[in-house]
Amino acid sequence: MQILTEEVKTQLREILEAMKNEVHLALFTKNGDCPTCEETTGMLKDLEDVTSKVVVHYYDLEKNQQEASEWDVKLTPSIVVLDNNKMYHGIKFNGIPAGHEINSFIKTLLEVSGAGAELPPEAQKRLDAVSTPVNIKVFVTLGCPHCPGAVEKAHKLALSNPHVSSEMIEAQTFHDVSNKFNVSSVPKIVINDEYEFVGDQPLEVFLEEIEKVHMPS
Amino acid sequence: MSLSFDLNLSGGLNRPPQKPYLEEIQDVTVIGAGPAGLSAAIYAKRKGLKTLVIATRVGGQVLDTSAIENYPGFSSISGEELAKQFRNHAGSLGIPMEQQKEVAGITGGESVKTVSLKDGSKIRSRSVIIATGSHHKQLGVPGEGRLKGRGVAYCAICDGPLFQDRTVIVAGGGNAAVEAVIDLSKIAQKVILVHRSQLRADDILVKRMNQLNNVEVHLETPIQEILGDKMVEGVRVIQKATGKENVIKGDGVFVEIGYQSNTKVFEGFLDMNDKNELIVDNQLQTSIPGVFAAGDVIEGPYKQVVISAGDGAKAALAANDYINHIQSGEENKNANIN
Repeated sequence: MQILTEEVKTQLREILEAMKNEVHLALFTKNGDCPTCEETTGMLKDLEDVTSKVVVHYYDLEKNQQEASEWDVKLTPSIVVLDNNKMYHGIKFNGIPAGHEINSFIKTLLEVSGAGAELPPEAQKRLDAVSTPVNIKVFVTLGCPHCPGAVEKAHKLALSNPHVSSEMIEAQTFHDVSNKFNVSSVPKIVINDEYEFVGDQPLEVFLEEIEKVHMPS
Repeated sequence: MSLSFDLNLSGGLNRPPQKPYLEEIQDVTVIGAGPAGLSAAIYAKRKGLKTLVIATRVGGQVLDTSAIENYPGFSSISGEELAKQFRNHAGSLGIPMEQQKEVAGITGGESVKTVSLKDGSKIRSRSVIIATGSHHKQLGVPGEGRLKGRGVAYCAICDGPLFQDRTVIVAGGGNAAVEAVIDLSKIAQKVILVHRSQLRADDILVKRMNQLNNVEVHLETPIQEILGDKMVEGVRVIQKATGKENVIKGDGVFVEIGYQSNTKVFEGFLDMNDKNELIVDNQLQTSIPGVFAAGDVIEGPYKQVVISAGDGAKAALAANDYINHIQSGEENKNANIN
């Protein structure tokens, strides 16, 4: 099933020229009740046409339990982003990164390929102090223009500290998860299932919330 | 779920940054990349001026609008698509755009201003066009702050899908409110518009809203409080005619009561009116010569895409005149010295 239009593919070709190293994507789908699994598979197949630097591995959540547990995959569709050495940096997209979210997805590919800019030194210093696990969930909808900015920041933080993991969660597809976290505005950011804020806030706000986990007051 | 891909990254992203503007003096620095900012940039660039755009988000509030039906040339276009057209137009002229940059303030010399960014960099420019737009106004009632993100929302296009088959309340009576009602009616089970006075939305939109059978309208009904423990449960209102208070139940409140100018960083530097909108003259020049402003950020009652785009053009042309004027002034000075 072709998902990306020729126009989008042409644009992507140009943008993804900037990719430095290969990026591996592990896509988890499942048979049966899985809205957007088929579309996400189609999207990643289209992406493989666009660039040889993206290598997709197709997994089934039920059949490939070992891989799923290695990367802590519980939802489908879910895209795990791995670097050229197939190393996991804690970055996942749960649900199809379509609509506005394609922007955070492509940005993340560039970042993980090694073509990204460094975090500002001050921010990196604060992040380096984090030495216990931090999980960032970013709830989005595909029509939300503010959401990709929040996803990019969270993923960048994950990429810049091995203790930080970050996952985009498409709120409409994963209705139950978003209900559990009372998501009624997006982007909604939840840290370690406990601390939360709404909106594409500056990096400092992300760091402040992370520090709350790290150094509970 | 219908799928589209609203790609707004451009090629060359993440290539080694070449930022000559940090050294060179710009002719025009445009702050903001909504309709006013991009239109200003297009006009300035076409005048041959060295132009730079600094923006948090290219497209501005247009991106938050599902459909625009009053911009000439497009009987109906999505906000996303119109923003893309603006961006592509500016991009085709090779105008450098610094995205996701916030301005910390401007300091003014007579011939060269300095625009300071929050990341610490500074840009020198002969003229500046402020097109920072506006943001959603809050109702300012009890419960609103506490329940923000817990049912109180300000972006129907973003948060609408989260209210599938629920009851939502829309506060407001202008175009934005009625458009939100129309959009939400497709997702929510029931939409209740609550407004303190009469509707001032365009007749064509009101008629479209009135045809919907899951919409209820309460006019002359100011909201006193947003109710709810952990999540929104409804609003407490007063009916002006009777003075009676009652509660309207709903799972969400979308606040669409207008906009507040983004002028905070210019406080103390530029003159503003009591609504914190920038005061400009008929050339769209602010209280500081060489600093112009356009779009939602300036004083005036009508905030429309086409008006912002028009303002942007005007401000750029005025900036061009200003630069020609100071340059000829400098030449005269030099002539006198010689």
